Amino acid sequence: MVNVSELLTYEHDVLVVGAGGAGLRAAIECSAQGLSTGVVCKSLLGKAHTVMAEGGLAAALGNVDARDNWKIHFRDTMRGGKFLNQWRMAELHAREAPDRVRELEEWGAVFDRTRDGLISQRNFGGHRYPRLAHVGDRTGLEIIRTLQDYGIHRGFQVYMECTGLDLMTDGGRIAGLLAYFRETGRFALFKAKAVILATGGAGKAWRVTSNSWEYTGDGYGMAYEAGAELMDMEFTQFHPTGMVWPPSVRGILVTEGVRGDGGILTNNKRERFMFNYIPEKFAAETAATEEEANRWLTGDSTARRPPELLTRDVVARAITREVNEGRGTPHGGVYLDIASRRPADFIRKKLPSMYHQFKELAEVDITREPMEVGPTLHYFMGGVRVDPDTQETTVPGLFAAGECAAGLHGANRLGGNSLSDLVVFGRLAGVGAARYVRALPAAPRVPDEQAATAIRRATDILNRESGTNPYLIQEDLQNIMGRNVGIVRSDDELKTALREMERLKAEAARVKANGAAQYNPGWHAALDLRPLLITAEAVTRAALERQESRGGHTRVDYPDERAEWLKANIVVRKGRDGMETRRHERPAPPKELADIAYAKIEDLEAAIART
Amino acid sequence: MPERRFRVWRGDARGGGFQEYAVEVDPGMVVLDVIHRIQARQANDLAVRWNCKAGKCGSCSMEINGRPRLGCMTRMNMFGADEVITVQPLKTFPVVKDLVTDVAWNYERNKRIPPFKPRPRGADGQHRMMQNDVDRVQEFRKCIECFLCQDVCHVLRDHDRKDAFVGPRFMIRLASLEMHPLDAADRIPAVRAEFGSGLCNITRCCTEVCPEHIGITDNGIIPLKERVVDRYYDPIQWLARRIFGRGGEH
Repeated sequence: MVNVSELLTYEHDVLVVGAGGAGLRAAIECSAQGLSTGVVCKSLLGKAHTVMAEGGLAAALGNVDARDNWKIHFRDTMRGGKFLNQWRMAELHAREAPDRVRELEEWGAVFDRTRDGLISQRNFGGHRYPRLAHVGDRTGLEIIRTLQDYGIHRGFQVYMECTGLDLMTDGGRIAGLLAYFRETGRFALFKAKAVILATGGAGKAWRVTSNSWEYTGDGYGMAYEAGAELMDMEFTQFHPTGMVWPPSVRGILVTEGVRGDGGILTNNKRERFMFNYIPEKFAAETAATEEEANRWLTGDSTARRPPELLTRDVVARAITREVNEGRGTPHGGVYLDIASRRPADFIRKKLPSMYHQFKELAEVDITREPMEVGPTLHYFMGGVRVDPDTQETTVPGLFAAGECAAGLHGANRLGGNSLSDLVVFGRLAGVGAARYVRALPAAPRVPDEQAATAIRRATDILNRESGTNPYLIQEDLQNIMGRNVGIVRSDDELKTALREMERLKAEAARVKANGAAQYNPGWHAALDLRPLLITAEAVTRAALERQESRGGHTRVDYPDERAEWLKANIVVRKGRDGMETRRHERPAPPKELADIAYAKIEDLEAAIART
Repeated sequence: MPERRFRVWRGDARGGGFQEYAVEVDPGMVVLDVIHRIQARQANDLAVRWNCKAGKCGSCSMEINGRPRLGCMTRMNMFGADEVITVQPLKTFPVVKDLVTDVAWNYERNKRIPPFKPRPRGADGQHRMMQNDVDRVQEFRKCIECFLCQDVCHVLRDHDRKDAFVGPRFMIRLASLEMHPLDAADRIPAVRAEFGSGLCNITRCCTEVCPEHIGITDNGIIPLKERVVDRYYDPIQWLARRIFGRGGEH
């Protein structure tokens, strides 16, 4: 039997779960507010998924093109998100991102520079102006290292290789977290007045993904079990350019920076096919001919942007169609060519990781030959539903930020808006949690029985005589999601996926891990199954519910955007008999914001120029 | 599928030994893929640390046929067709289990490095730095903290002087701070004393194993050593310090 009084126990005002950009920024804020803060992270510090971000963080600094302004960034974000974003979050994000970038510089980040010595900014899909502060193609590493090396002097405690299993609640309020240390296999009870979830997404529910093993939807699963709501889960972003060959690297990200810096997409007939896929809504702001697109690349400010820089949902669907219609490469992708567009030393300087990645993993020299690329599951626009200003979920004391939270990106995220999301909303979650903790009349208590139940659930997996291999269940799920909940979805396939998931849930209830608890990846894989299955089911149910195509959600049986579906976000929560979905009506946007988002670009820019 | 023979070290702090596995290998696979295949099919509890599988996070450091490498960037086709592949944990750090070592010492050392201290912004509220003034710092900041350089460093590996030398990883972190155009702190006394720059005897093994191809020795450690020499062993500076009390150790 479990004796809760003998558990390793830690106590903090605020516990942050996750040490990527959002988690670290939240912890820095909580410490700055004078709170005792702990950070629990699944890997070693500095290894979180943020490290893989390549292109940059979007902020309207206006260093490269002075016409940029938070209002234009806001408008781009809303249009990219097909207007399903939370208006207030998109506003806060666009307004605050420049300060957060300057703050990173103040903490030691060394971004690439303009000729005047300012932070340089690069072009990216869906952004009207060069907007992404970057360091070559390793911007995520720069951000995580900056936050890490600044953070270690701010007084918060970091618990490395520690995985959250269940949130603890006291009368509906957050009271802490039950977690386990990988190195020893020991359980730990973290008592906390508030918990900030910054656990990222759940790409590992798919086989072809740019995400690492950590991305198993832990935050979604724990929040759901604790009674919080998930929103916009049907909007999963397939990044258009993942590696497709060799098989062992299929899905690894190829930064959008390749296209931002001039790379073009071609099919096996060497046609620059993106010109055939320009949505009407973006036609006025996109180059109509290769000649115009080429002028844009040389810096001609009268030329419009090339179609390769349309939003990710558009490009991913176009690539899928080219491949399905027989115009793909030998390995089922399309060509991404920068070799014929830029000199070799430019490519090596601006895209060094891409150069290495292809050279070492695929034996392709990207300064001489095109890359083969195809869509890969990359990002969750959806997540835990939060208050736009405080990041608090519907469970008192539970907060969420970064990819784990929903709202900023709506139906589709613009590249570069994720890294800025982390620092903007990581900080705001810290502010929100601090305010909550100060107003809390008495510290909550963790009921012994809750902790004991969580521990039993985890140890049963080891103690069972026999059962299913956890790796096989995860593989099974990945194949089901890849086949039935991909880029283009249908009623039939989504229902098939739900049926199959019922089978997997039954198998997961009998999962068995061999060996002892200490650093046991099999046991860990088994524990990951619950959040993965909750996430997969939430995505599938929400996708079934939304009978239209919008952003990262495409239905073959409902191929167009439908105005009635702009009126609601789909929310998922745990009901008495399993998962429930409901439509959450969207309030009318504030007039001031609607005017910006729906303005003709010329009118908006003229208005900005006048002020 | 061709079958390959792997010898993988299994054990923990109390001891262990090599176990043999025969594994099918697909085209394009890296060593980490093979370890994962062994884990999924033959040894569910085989411990290995990894994250990105793209050479960006520096988690899957291990010794492959005697050389410190990232498992995710070591392609199977670099070995001979019949070559047995031996995989073991980093030798310089204590084993936790199988291929996982306890690298906490690195995190403790890092904490002792005096943090970045920016000078004030210009009158226009901007920090200005020219690209060619930050190229070198950016080279150092490519470091993914895989600790392969720490593993191969003789001072740490063979002489176990973790008490006296901070290792190549943190020498280049110190260099990245010292060469940061905005930084206003002085770490040279600490580079010499606490961090032990004198212990490095420039064998360049660290540079050789760096997966990010950072010029650790030539671009980082040697310039730091030169700054120490200028400060402490240049007779004119020494005299100036005596007379004016500048730049001394504090």
